[in-house]
Amino acid sequence: MATNMTNKSRLHIPAPPARPGEAPNFDYLEITPPGALDRPPTDVKARDIEHLNQGMIRVLDDEGHAVGPWAPQLELADLQVAMRHMLLTRAFDTHMLRMHRQAKITFYMQCTGEEAVAVASAMALSPGDMLFPSYRTQGLHITRGRNLVDLMCQCLSNSKDMCKGRQMPIMYHWARGNIFSISGNLTTQFPQAVGWAMGAAIKGDDDIAAAWIGEGSSAEADFHHALTFASVYRAPVVLNVVNNQWAISTFQGVAGGERRSFAARGPGYGVPGIRVDGNDFLAVYAAQQWAAHRARHSHGPTLVELVTYRAAAHSTSDDPTRYRPEDEGAAWPLGDPIERLRQHLGHAGWSDADQATMQSDVEAQVTESWEAALRYGTLSSGPQLDRNEMFEDVFKDIPDALIKQRNQLLELDD
Amino acid sequence: MARLNMVQALNSAMDVMLERDQSVIVFGQDIGYFGGVFRCTDGLQRKYGAHRVVDAPIAEGGIVGTSIGMAVNGLRPVAEIQFADYIYPGFDQIVSELAKLRYRTAGDFFAPVTIRTPCGGGIRGGQTHSQSPEGLFTHVNGIKVIMPSNPYDAKGLLINAIEDDDPVIFFEPKRIYNGPFSGYPDAPAQAWNTHPKSEVPEGYYTLPFGRAEIVRPGADVTLLCYGTMVHVAESAATLAEVDAEIIDLRSLVPLDTDTIIESVKKTGRCVITHEATKFGGFGAELAAIVQEQCFYHLEAPVLRVAGWDTPYPHAFEWDYFPGPKRVAAALQEVLEGP
Repeated sequence: MATNMTNKSRLHIPAPPARPGEAPNFDYLEITPPGALDRPPTDVKARDIEHLNQGMIRVLDDEGHAVGPWAPQLELADLQVAMRHMLLTRAFDTHMLRMHRQAKITFYMQCTGEEAVAVASAMALSPGDMLFPSYRTQGLHITRGRNLVDLMCQCLSNSKDMCKGRQMPIMYHWARGNIFSISGNLTTQFPQAVGWAMGAAIKGDDDIAAAWIGEGSSAEADFHHALTFASVYRAPVVLNVVNNQWAISTFQGVAGGERRSFAARGPGYGVPGIRVDGNDFLAVYAAQQWAAHRARHSHGPTLVELVTYRAAAHSTSDDPTRYRPEDEGAAWPLGDPIERLRQHLGHAGWSDADQATMQSDVEAQVTESWEAALRYGTLSSGPQLDRNEMFEDVFKDIPDALIKQRNQLLELDD
Repeated sequence: MARLNMVQALNSAMDVMLERDQSVIVFGQDIGYFGGVFRCTDGLQRKYGAHRVVDAPIAEGGIVGTSIGMAVNGLRPVAEIQFADYIYPGFDQIVSELAKLRYRTAGDFFAPVTIRTPCGGGIRGGQTHSQSPEGLFTHVNGIKVIMPSNPYDAKGLLINAIEDDDPVIFFEPKRIYNGPFSGYPDAPAQAWNTHPKSEVPEGYYTLPFGRAEIVRPGADVTLLCYGTMVHVAESAATLAEVDAEIIDLRSLVPLDTDTIIESVKKTGRCVITHEATKFGGFGAELAAIVQEQCFYHLEAPVLRVAGWDTPYPHAFEWDYFPGPKRVAAALQEVLEGP
């Protein structure tokens, strides 16, 4: 049938700049100098700010000074809170990864290097705004003040698990804190966030919605659904694409990032797109604030690309040394979000001793929370969930057929 | 002959076909340089190049849709959907397009696409990494549905799938990728290398669709199963001390009804087991066929042992899983009454 086929063809097959054993190379990354881009009024039209989806909104310069029109007005106390949430997020991740290695939990996903994405967003949005997280935005929960014990109990599938043992670790939700449930299926939350925002507008509420996906999963059709509906109805929503360069083993080029930025997809739908340094806490904060202002004042949706780097493995099931240079993270040109904010805080008198105290504080908080969480049991020991609950919540009321199946299970062990 | 596990046997099937047929390409998320999250395509891109073993964007609908286009243009795409739980964005392309193209064009167009996808639980994957959705696809006319239970069958059936001019959904029970599974989660993990079906010829061979295999002959009751449950069925027969005739269906569409009917007419009893939820599952079709064809030979009601009618839970995985104890109870019930 097919003749003359060779191992080469006219197709373009994207390949990352470096594989294991090769020198890391981020020459492909377009980086704008800090402070160089204008901050337009929030009622701007998508077609008038195309330069903001090509450039990169940055606030922190190499010395840690906040420069340019995007520099947000934040008090020192706010910045300390930001630092604390980012440190706590990282300490939580470090601890949970260790607990996975000790087989206390069955699975985990870190957000190392991406802490600013979630923490700055949650701080810039209002408490009534509904957040539709991805699986790498645990900082949303932490910043909104979620008790770490609750997150840990979910990962332990223990007697206090908010999901009653039905979900894998890290698939949190928080109804009272306005954070939606995480699905294992990708990008499903994007159109859902648009719908929630449409609902708020229909009801006449001021609240908006915000959602996060990875650049890899922007390939899913739900991305198109979200952008289309958001544009058609001018829904009050902030749609974030966290471009951390890697979707498990495939680099961002496989998702279509080689020729245009992910933010540049917005204008095609009539939605303004802005590209932001995702490791610059102040830039992320300012961008979310700007996009949220647009949404709240009926100017419609914004597509925000947050450029960052997935410094850790995709998950505890992954080994990134198989597909990318081991030292690639160290060569990432946008640095580490915690170090960069620390440098900035240094200019306001924040000392190494202050940093060390905060670090030991958050570590103690994580340790104490873990001890408290263990009192509610683990997957295999201590207090256990009632397995009868496995049959509940399939429907609002448990059907007779499921009661029968539940009894069958109980009789089996008699 | 080499001793292979399921992963290696599937890899070998694709290797053989990439070598043998220039129109074969392998396509999916993380399947290229990385070799797949379960390693099934390990080394294939190195050997055949990135233009024949192609990493795809994360878009299952896109993977299936473009596979159809490539197939219509003369290629034989072997597409991987990383987990069966993630196949649904491709559902419309499978159900409305892939399955119906030949029929709606009176045979002028057809798409020989093979979709490989890991299914089933037992790896603490929770509801989004544990599903067995075969019943959703067996209900659609125009696609063949396969689920092997061992390395030898996996390779022969996958080669057959790739060569088949009809589309095939090829379910791979991930729990038995690296070893057979007795159904006892606390027992030490078994490897394939002591199992007779781990002897796999190195080169090309095929196993035809529509042929079930009697993996254990017996006189008292017919036990119908496929995938991981074949191994659990053997444990259950031992546990129940019942002379069960265990039939590994291997191919759900087309289905080997002759082997099933002949067996049930001999034993007069039938138990069906699958990991997927019970209500409206493939077991219901099997029970109906047995009832229609063997009614006057039956000495007991046909029983089904399946996943409960709930999503697959994380914490209660082994209460959900239709393990040896539950299957054994059904075997005893059809012999002794409830």
